[in-house]
Amino acid sequence: MKRFVYINDDSCQDSYCDNRISNRKYTLLNFLPKNLWEQFRRFMNQYFLLIACLQLWSLITPVNPASTWGPLIIIFAVSASKEAWDDYNRYLLDKQANEKEVWVVKNGVRKHIQAQDIRVGSIVWLRENDEVPCDLVLIGTSEPLGICYVETAALDGETDLKTRVIPPTCVGLDSEQLHKIKGVIECPNPDKDIRRFDANMRLFPPFIDNDLCPLTINNTLLQSCYLRYTEWACGVAVYTGNETKLGMSRGIPEPKLTAVDAMIDKLTGAIFLFQIVVVIVLGFAGNVWKDTEARKQWYVLYPNEGPWYELLVIPLRFELLCSIMIPISLKVSLDLVKSVYAKFIDWDEEMLDQETDTPSHAANTAISEDLGQVEYILTDKTGTLTENRMIFRRCCINGTFYGNESGDALKDVEMLNAVASNDTHVIRFLTVMALCNTVMPVKSNSGTISYKAQSQDEDALVNAAARLHMVLISKNGNTVEINYNGSIVQFEMLDILEFTSDRKRMSVVVKDCHSGKIFLLSKGADEATLPCSIPGQQIRTYIDAVEQYAQLGLRTLVLGWRELQEDEYREWSRMFKEANSTLVDREWKIAEVCQRLELDLEILGVTAIEDRLQEGVPETIEILRQAGINFWMLTGDKQSTAIQVALQCNFISSEPKGQLLFINGKTEDEVARSLERVLLTMRITSSEPKDLAFVVDGWALEIILKQYKEAFTELAILSRTAICCRVTPSQKAQLVELLKSCDYRTLAIGDGGNDVRMIQQADIGVGISGREGLQAARAADYRIGKFRFLKRLILVHGRYSYNRTAFLSQYSFYKSLLICFIQILFSFFSGISGTSLFNSVSLMAYNVFYTSIPVMASILDKDLSEKTVMQHPQILIYCQAGRLINPSTFAGWFGRSLYHALVVFLISIHAYADEKSEMEELSMVALSGCIWLQAFVVMLEMNSFTLLQFLAIWGNFVAFYVINFIVSNIPSAGMYTIMFRLCRQPSYWITMVLIVAVGMGPVLALKYFRYTYRPSAINILQQAERIRGPIYSLGNLESQLKSVEKDVASLSLNQPKNRNSVYEPLLSDSPTATRRSIGPSTFDLFQSTQSRLSSSYLRNCKNN
Amino acid sequence: MNCIVDSDIGSSSSSGDAAVALTRKPRRPKYSKFTQQELPACKPILNPQWVISVFTLIGIVFVPIGVASLLASNGVVEIVDQYETACVPRNMTNDKVAYIQNADIDKTCTRLIKVPRDMHQPIYVYYQLDNFYQNHRRYVKSRNDAQLRNSKEANETRYCDPERTTEDGSPIVPCGLIAWSFFNDTYRFTRGDQKLTVNKKGISWKSDRDHKFGKNVYPKNFQNGTLIGGGKLNADIPLNEQEDLIVWMRIAALPIFRKLYGKIELDLKENDTILVTLKNNYNTYIFNGKKKLVLSTTSWLGGKNDFLGLAYLTVGGLCFFLAVAFTLVYMIKSRKLGDPSDLSWNRDSSGADYELFRDFTSSIDS
Repeated sequence: MKRFVYINDDSCQDSYCDNRISNRKYTLLNFLPKNLWEQFRRFMNQYFLLIACLQLWSLITPVNPASTWGPLIIIFAVSASKEAWDDYNRYLLDKQANEKEVWVVKNGVRKHIQAQDIRVGSIVWLRENDEVPCDLVLIGTSEPLGICYVETAALDGETDLKTRVIPPTCVGLDSEQLHKIKGVIECPNPDKDIRRFDANMRLFPPFIDNDLCPLTINNTLLQSCYLRYTEWACGVAVYTGNETKLGMSRGIPEPKLTAVDAMIDKLTGAIFLFQIVVVIVLGFAGNVWKDTEARKQWYVLYPNEGPWYELLVIPLRFELLCSIMIPISLKVSLDLVKSVYAKFIDWDEEMLDQETDTPSHAANTAISEDLGQVEYILTDKTGTLTENRMIFRRCCINGTFYGNESGDALKDVEMLNAVASNDTHVIRFLTVMALCNTVMPVKSNSGTISYKAQSQDEDALVNAAARLHMVLISKNGNTVEINYNGSIVQFEMLDILEFTSDRKRMSVVVKDCHSGKIFLLSKGADEATLPCSIPGQQIRTYIDAVEQYAQLGLRTLVLGWRELQEDEYREWSRMFKEANSTLVDREWKIAEVCQRLELDLEILGVTAIEDRLQEGVPETIEILRQAGINFWMLTGDKQSTAIQVALQCNFISSEPKGQLLFINGKTEDEVARSLERVLLTMRITSSEPKDLAFVVDGWALEIILKQYKEAFTELAILSRTAICCRVTPSQKAQLVELLKSCDYRTLAIGDGGNDVRMIQQADIGVGISGREGLQAARAADYRIGKFRFLKRLILVHGRYSYNRTAFLSQYSFYKSLLICFIQILFSFFSGISGTSLFNSVSLMAYNVFYTSIPVMASILDKDLSEKTVMQHPQILIYCQAGRLINPSTFAGWFGRSLYHALVVFLISIHAYADEKSEMEELSMVALSGCIWLQAFVVMLEMNSFTLLQFLAIWGNFVAFYVINFIVSNIPSAGMYTIMFRLCRQPSYWITMVLIVAVGMGPVLALKYFRYTYRPSAINILQQAERIRGPIYSLGNLESQLKSVEKDVASLSLNQPKNRNSVYEPLLSDSPTATRRSIGPSTFDLFQSTQSRLSSSYLRNCKNN
Repeated sequence: MNCIVDSDIGSSSSSGDAAVALTRKPRRPKYSKFTQQELPACKPILNPQWVISVFTLIGIVFVPIGVASLLASNGVVEIVDQYETACVPRNMTNDKVAYIQNADIDKTCTRLIKVPRDMHQPIYVYYQLDNFYQNHRRYVKSRNDAQLRNSKEANETRYCDPERTTEDGSPIVPCGLIAWSFFNDTYRFTRGDQKLTVNKKGISWKSDRDHKFGKNVYPKNFQNGTLIGGGKLNADIPLNEQEDLIVWMRIAALPIFRKLYGKIELDLKENDTILVTLKNNYNTYIFNGKKKLVLSTTSWLGGKNDFLGLAYLTVGGLCFFLAVAFTLVYMIKSRKLGDPSDLSWNRDSSGADYELFRDFTSSIDS
């Protein structure tokens, strides 16, 4: 399928959509039906609606229908207005984008129109720093060479500037002509591939020729990019509106459902089934009783002939009676507490980025408890783990190491001396650093020079050269000026042999304008550059240097140069031009030609660049891995860099402890074999305490995801760590999808626009509001300032949220079941006729006030202090494995509610038997029993009491009596005077105390027994924490970790999947003995002095 | 020549902290102990001392209360006389229903009861019905409080099905099954020659008389239908003075219940013989319901009911037992609380790692 775009032709532009962007979910008209439809897709809501409708039938309703309708309407209104508000905000954002003014050529005249009115085929004019409003094919720029610079950060997350060129056929058109240009562009239908654009363009006469001109992605300006350092540019709109590449790749974010939500739904389903069973059994029994007994009970006056539905009446009554088994308030309470969890994240001072003063933010308020259940973290590299700032650190020139002592070659005295004394090697080295790149120097008005580089590495090199007095001043066309120690040297840039990921090196050919000599300057990866050196040159030092730097996690480049003979260059230049103009296999041919020139290089030295890790990254990864979370690194960067960074931040370990398994290959067969091999190794070694990680690149991944998904899935399950390099945004999303399909909870963290899809796809998306703009942060569920906040987000907020929700939801079921069981028990004493023991007011208030408020206090509950959790991240397993809310814990609560119902009911009916057996009184006795019990249950289940919790629990208890005293004062109420009457009876209070003692005694005894003799890890830590207090502070530990981190480059982490075989003596008897295994569990360090000792010992080992 | 060189931001971050702290921007969330989840909290743990003392305390409190409750219950003198079978004439024991439904048979019946112990006034007279479901769904609902309260609302017979109106459509006051099935056995007591007056004033709740049953609401069309349920009402007495009805209409929650019939305001002596003349009108024979006449004194805890006393003694005893058991277990199998070596990830540590660790430390020592 093709699309033909006629340039500047109004007649045929209606066949495509206009440039209106729409992210809205609803319109004004379809809001109500669509929203209701969506809400009613939830099973719970359908159920409540059914119940509410049934209650309208007065024959069967035990209570006033308002008690169900009221809450139901409130619930619906609340969620509908929330949706409406969100959609309205989306609408405002769209509107802002759509109404932006842009310059468009109409009928040969440039006009200002709104962005939404751009049509396919329109010529759009952009100025410097304008945002590209839709996908354009570039046809003209202000630059003489027909290039322009764009920043694509919003699209792919890469911050460096990209050059875009106008197609050859448009070269040389002036702006007058550009107004009148006509032609046709043949391009594919809209897709989301931001790296490919295979199209042709043909201009109509009188414009030059009507040859077909091929277009590539390099000829396009895509929506949401920014035009930089170019005065103006213009292009033809080819894709507009939601059909742009950005629009197509914008996935519709599905509402996320947490694992706890899913579990609650499951439990609700189980309760529902139970309820159906109860209803059927009781309904049947009720009908039997009615036919055998009730007909004899003459005072009931059953008619002999009932209506046709008579058999249904009793079951339906029980259905309504039991409908409170599923607490209607659950969803409201959960929404409420979840928004408080989110607020706690927003408020957290410790997750405030001090540098930029950015607080963390929870954009999605509904999924906090999922944070505590994360099993896989998929992380971007650049900007997420690293700071995305490359800094030149060390170098090795002609066998001399600079910067080894101070850690910064720029401050190394030897280096400065060498520069000062005009050491030829050093000067050549610096010349290559300054010249061999595609950096653009930009001179500001004040005369300072800043550099715009496509690659951060080049940026670092040029900046470093400048600091060493080799300043790149300007690039004008082919002339390059360098200022060395105050004297200006001019070079003519003859050719650029560009960097490709296959060649792994780049070179430039320059001519010294002064001497007329021609040089080839090269830089590249060691494995690509060293083989090209002059035979016989001692390259051993350089290999050592590269190795040493790599060990330190620095990115290395080898620099080399060669003087070219005039005729040799001329010969080669001809071939190069030829290769450049071929249409078939162009890239391969160019590589081949380059190869012919890049040989016999004189190796000048090795540079080492640091992409600093963000502060606290290794510790964070370490702690989270101890918590049993698996890490995958998905990066668009190249393999070697990815591996280096991975090594640096504890991601993987170097050789003896860890092993990297590479999956590579160019063809399907190769990839398949490679995958097979890796899988085999993985299976064999999975039992060994070895840190295995597999490495796969984007190309192989594409083949694998298409053909060998099953094998890869198995691999994904076996492997705790993976590094995927050169992956595209959609591959990132696919990997997330793959892990999700294995039922893992995934968290994706990233900072750039290229992470957006992964972030949206994952169960939890975390965006780092970093240097690559806010793209990712905007799409994410959580926004944090630094990677290191992730550990607090997960271990503190995620864990507490999970614990609290687990308690709150199960407790809600407990209290609903409790009251429901009492009703069921009562029905055995009321002729199985479906009488409600409690009146409507009590039933409604029971759910809405009496039991909801104290449990809200659980949002402040902390089972363990934050410090303890940070020291024992393994405790997260309780959340991860869902041990606090699952069918078996739920069975416990179920049993408890049954037991408590029996206690309350049996004690009530025995204490209030015979002459006291009055309906209203008994009902209030039973209800008070429930209230007393639940206050004590909440007390017992809470782990920490703040004043607020105390107030909520006992304040609510008092409120129960106050409310009932008030209701007892209303003469028309059914329970007029009942509460006063009861409170005057000693037997009432004695009964209450008895209910509490019988109800709570066994619970307390059992809990005590478990707590003391079968403690869970949480209990042990609680005891440890409260008896002895924290043994050592966290800061202490972190600094210790850090010091070890610096010296021991090859830390490895040995934690096989079963998560329990790490030896970790956590707390020792004396508080000074800070014994702790650090990461690899190989290096257990005693006390700080010993730790220092051991690290220096290790360093010595290495140096030897 | 000046040029901008990327400065090392990372290393300056620590010094940057201080600077930022000085110039706080309003974006920063306001600090409070609540927002930081750092409210001071008390964190009790279930340590043995605490748990054992709680159980001991419960035991100490419960046993005396149990004893007191039992004593109170034992102090109550209660006479129960089941009469529904005994009051059926010999010749009709096979067909009790026919007996009770035959209006021609005189239902008067005499019972002799003996007072086991001295009974002090007031002595409450109850009737007890067994197997009578006042709490049945159809029955409970079948009344209209508005009608009972207010004479103007006589037509308000909602919920009163199936006893709403007479056949000609005029409303029944009081309507509904509850009133319709009004209990109508009567009792008279004589001790020797002395007639024991049964005071029927004030047997109902005052709140009911004052607010639930209107003083100008008179029975109307009551028990006029073809199907007669229970007792009839004197149409000249307002509802709030029909105390038997008021008592009856306080629904009993359980199928066995007692309702107050009246009070005898005389002391009864041990071995007194009391002659009860009763009218056995109420039909419980169809559903095999029992009818009992109960004379009882009362205590601070109510009538005779051993349940609370026994339950308190049992619970108190059990708590003592648990306290002792926990103490024993605590002493025999004492366990250090909060021992980190119990943590699962410490317990199952792999030996190999430990070996490595030992080697390593020893190499340092040497």
